[in-house]
Amino acid sequence: MSEPIIKCESVYKIFGENAKKMLDDSNGNVDAKTFQENGCIVGVNNASFEVSKGEMLVVMGLSGSGKSTLLRCISRLTDATGGKIFIEGQDLLQLNNKELINLRRNKMGMVFQSFALLPHKTVVENIAFPLQIKGIKTEDSISKAMDMVKLVGLDGRENYFPRELSGGQQQRVGIARSLAVEPDIWFLDEPFSALDPLIRKEMQDEFLRLQEKLQKTIMFITHDFDEALKLADRIAIMKDGIIEQLDTPANIVLNPATEYVRKFTEEVPREKVLLIEDVMDTSTKDNLGDLKVLKDEIIENVAEKILTQEKSVTVVDSNNKVVGSINPTKIINTVFGGRKNNN
Amino acid sequence: MELIKKYPKLFQWLFLLIVFFALCFAIDVPETYKFIRGQAEFVKDPNQSSYIFLGKEVRYYAFDVFWRLPPLLGWLPIWINDSLFFLMNEWMPMEFWNEDTQEFKTRPLLLQISRNLTSFMTFLIELIREILLGGLETIVAFTSWDWIDKNPWAELPGLPWTIVAAGAAILSYKLSGKGLALFAGLTMIYISIFGQWKPSMQTLSFILVAAPLSFIFGLGLGIAAFKSKRVEKALYPILLVMQTMPQYAVLVPALVLFGVGDHAAVIITMVVAVPPMILLTILGLRAIPPEVIEAGRMSGCNNWQLMLKVLIPTARRDILIGVNQVIMVCFSMAVISAFIGAKGLGFNLLLALNQLNIGLALEAGLCISLIAILLDKMSLAWANKQTDYFGNLTFLQRNKNILFFASTVAIGIILAYVGTFLFKDTFNYLFEVPHNKGLSTADFWNKGVDWIFDTFFVYIKAFNTWLIQDVLQPMRALYLRMPAIATLVLVVGSGYLIGGVRSALVVCALTLFIALSPWWDRALVTAYMATFGVVISCIIGFTVGTLCFQNKHSTSFMLGVCDIFQTFPSFVYLIPVMMLFGITDTSVLIAVIVYATIPATRYTIEGLRSVPTGLHDAATMSGVNKFQRLTKIEFPLAFPHMMLGLNQTIVFALFMVIIGAFIGTEDLGQYILKALSDKNGAGIGLTLGICVAFIGLIFDNLIRTWVGQRKKHLGID
Ligand SMILES: Nc1ncnc2c1ncn2[C@@H]1O[C@H](COP(=O)(O)OP(=O)(O)OP(=O)(O)O)[C@@H](O)[C@H]1O
Ligand SMILES: [Mg+2]
Repeated sequence: MSEPIIKCESVYKIFGENAKKMLDDSNGNVDAKTFQENGCIVGVNNASFEVSKGEMLVVMGLSGSGKSTLLRCISRLTDATGGKIFIEGQDLLQLNNKELINLRRNKMGMVFQSFALLPHKTVVENIAFPLQIKGIKTEDSISKAMDMVKLVGLDGRENYFPRELSGGQQQRVGIARSLAVEPDIWFLDEPFSALDPLIRKEMQDEFLRLQEKLQKTIMFITHDFDEALKLADRIAIMKDGIIEQLDTPANIVLNPATEYVRKFTEEVPREKVLLIEDVMDTSTKDNLGDLKVLKDEIIENVAEKILTQEKSVTVVDSNNKVVGSINPTKIINTVFGGRKNNN
Repeated sequence: MELIKKYPKLFQWLFLLIVFFALCFAIDVPETYKFIRGQAEFVKDPNQSSYIFLGKEVRYYAFDVFWRLPPLLGWLPIWINDSLFFLMNEWMPMEFWNEDTQEFKTRPLLLQISRNLTSFMTFLIELIREILLGGLETIVAFTSWDWIDKNPWAELPGLPWTIVAAGAAILSYKLSGKGLALFAGLTMIYISIFGQWKPSMQTLSFILVAAPLSFIFGLGLGIAAFKSKRVEKALYPILLVMQTMPQYAVLVPALVLFGVGDHAAVIITMVVAVPPMILLTILGLRAIPPEVIEAGRMSGCNNWQLMLKVLIPTARRDILIGVNQVIMVCFSMAVISAFIGAKGLGFNLLLALNQLNIGLALEAGLCISLIAILLDKMSLAWANKQTDYFGNLTFLQRNKNILFFASTVAIGIILAYVGTFLFKDTFNYLFEVPHNKGLSTADFWNKGVDWIFDTFFVYIKAFNTWLIQDVLQPMRALYLRMPAIATLVLVVGSGYLIGGVRSALVVCALTLFIALSPWWDRALVTAYMATFGVVISCIIGFTVGTLCFQNKHSTSFMLGVCDIFQTFPSFVYLIPVMMLFGITDTSVLIAVIVYATIPATRYTIEGLRSVPTGLHDAATMSGVNKFQRLTKIEFPLAFPHMMLGLNQTIVFALFMVIIGAFIGTEDLGQYILKALSDKNGAGIGLTLGICVAFIGLIFDNLIRTWVGQRKKHLGID
């Protein structure tokens, strides 16, 4: 595998007066409780992971679990208290100011949880802002920004001020702004949470389409498991600053690493996560029906077809080679039953 | 007992009041006590006691310490004076190159700095003044008098008034549109035809130097304080005192440091105008949501870009209020600094007031106010201006304003040239209408004043007498009757009940400073006048504000009126009251009331407005009628905000009381005015100023503490 775009090695972020000293004393064994007693708040606790090119990592967790803080560390909006962060192999914490600014101008984009638009600039000016900061001529930046305005469906409102827009519209401006410089690495902090369900679905689809085309490296925060499943290559689940588990959606659902993750994923509809491959019977049987399904199909998409069958269904891989079989009852079990005692 | 448990605070207050009155009654007025032969008049009187501290002899009338504290700080003014003198004339002598004599000369450092600053400021003012009015000084500054003698043609001609008027109108049009342009044009024409051109332009040149400099320094220091905790900590106490320091009081030290003239006026104006600018800059920068700053960083801003393109524009609202304040202070100072020799409208205004020529004073005052409003509106419009990216403008369209201005310049010059033929024997009215050659309504106003006096004399006199004899005198006597210890107990007790030990200590220190200064009696008189003014202002402001709030149009109308009134320099308020009531305490008090009603009204309205509209709806839904809604919901919630208005009202009232000394009152202001003409007045003026500032700060501390707690209690903020 090629070099990861983002690489974190035991990153800590602790808020408070003498956080650094306390962290050094603790030998990497950070206990949130004892820190809190000493007036420190643990934001991120020993986070190590990699994100490779074109991958979308979705970060989930309850409110206050440190998701935004983790993102801030990786974009160096705040300096991590401990650990190492590499962006495309460069040690982020060693960058000087100028290199950091260059990195942000050309490589990174970020969508903020609370929009963070500049109140004195219009929609189009807000979107053109990063371009103008880069030193691009006014006309060029404005025309590029206008393309972005169209992309997020705000044409006709380009001269509005943020205060004249609804929350969802503001968020779309934020998304457009972060896209204007065409960043390779894209951080999104609950970008769709302010949108209504219809627009949200539209934006998600648009987002996937863009991602297909642009192959950006993305870290994406959301509270919505459906959204996570729809978008994620891998999901990280955080609790009290600790990454409890970081894995593919299927693995997280099927093999929760901790009790917390199990609880967290309990209500997740399995058929949306699991592939045929995950539940099929590999010991090939005779007496199979005519229907063939691909092994890396999501269950939800083929369930209906399979359930019309009486016999087990043949599972094939992309080369049309038989790799296993699946019985309709198995599907029924996955979808409706066994949610509690699944593994 | 039940009651005490239910309202503990109430009983604490009652107890405090009882102690206060008990002290008042228990301590008799000493027989030798007389107000006017107050303390620290440095005449030799065998009855005086004296002590020597730091080599300075302080003489005073000794009383029982419970009645009046001895002026243990009496040495302070003298000491400040001597120190200033030492710093200016003896401290750190150094070699400096002298341009005129072409040799090195030994001079104290501070004196040299002061000289350099002076010549720099003078140069700036002269430059702008001569662009507007014509003159030689600027060219001289670059060359020499000899050169001018050899080249008699070299003189800045000055702009004809037509060009300045047109320029102002065009600029206003570009900034905001027809309305402002019309206003600008009319203002300029008014100034010109009424023969106020020269003094107006002198004032304007003063403002055009003082305001931008104050803005830049205020913004810069504000940013520095925002970035560094240490700078902020160092600045904060100075800022607090400066905010409540009457502008009069700073004049005197400036006199010592910089001498007399426009340059001193500019420097002193900066001293007064920079603090509010700093405070508002800090306030605005603090209020920026951190995520907006992060968004700026993620857009790849370097520190400069972040400051100029993200922080300052985002904090624009507060910074603009700062600009507004700067302009206000500058105009106010344009008048006040006439005392130390600033030229222009202010000087004319003071002169006219001195000669009791109300008509002339009115004209000058109107000019200042008009220019003040114009500049205020223009700066606002400038800050709110938006660029249009989408208009595909031709060269002509884009530059039409500049072209238009160029053509008016040409026309103006031609007109002025034609004028030299038209008005061969008299003045060239197309170039400049000279002072007192223009129209004047002064006579009309003076006649009007006379008429008012003749017609209503009886009533005015009766009102005056009643007010002075039945209200003011007794009130003043009551204030003076307070023994120092009782006042101290009352103030410190209030501090303790409102804000605990901390507040009590702060307030105690502030009060002690005044009590130990030689001017406690004067301070009491100041306090009495301010109290009277504040009470009446609050009643008026509160009522008017509440009534206006009932309707959207009247609300915005009233806020507009407040805006405009606030722009008037404080001295202007003295004109109409002197017109009506002559030179009496009544005049001063009415000016105080009018002036202090502005913040009272404004904060009432804004307080009521700050009540979330959601609550209105909720209240209406639960079947509350309008009156109930006002008393049960809006007032309690708006009250903290209104109290901040009270704070401002007190500061405004104090300022006006001090300025009232010009008409002649017996408070601290009188002494400040006296100090102005005293060679050794710097220390006295400064100490007096600090006394007034401390009166303001005592209330400031109490009110702010209370508001803070109240807000927490209500869960706002
Ligand atoms: N500047 C700060 N100073 C002190 N503590 C902070 C700061 N920023 C965040 N925290 C703390 O760090 C923890 C993590 O906060 P963070 O904003 O990362 O949560 P989050 O997972 O993004 O929550 P949400 O889903 O609500 O956005 C919280 O307990 C928060 O109180
Ligand atoms: Mg967050």
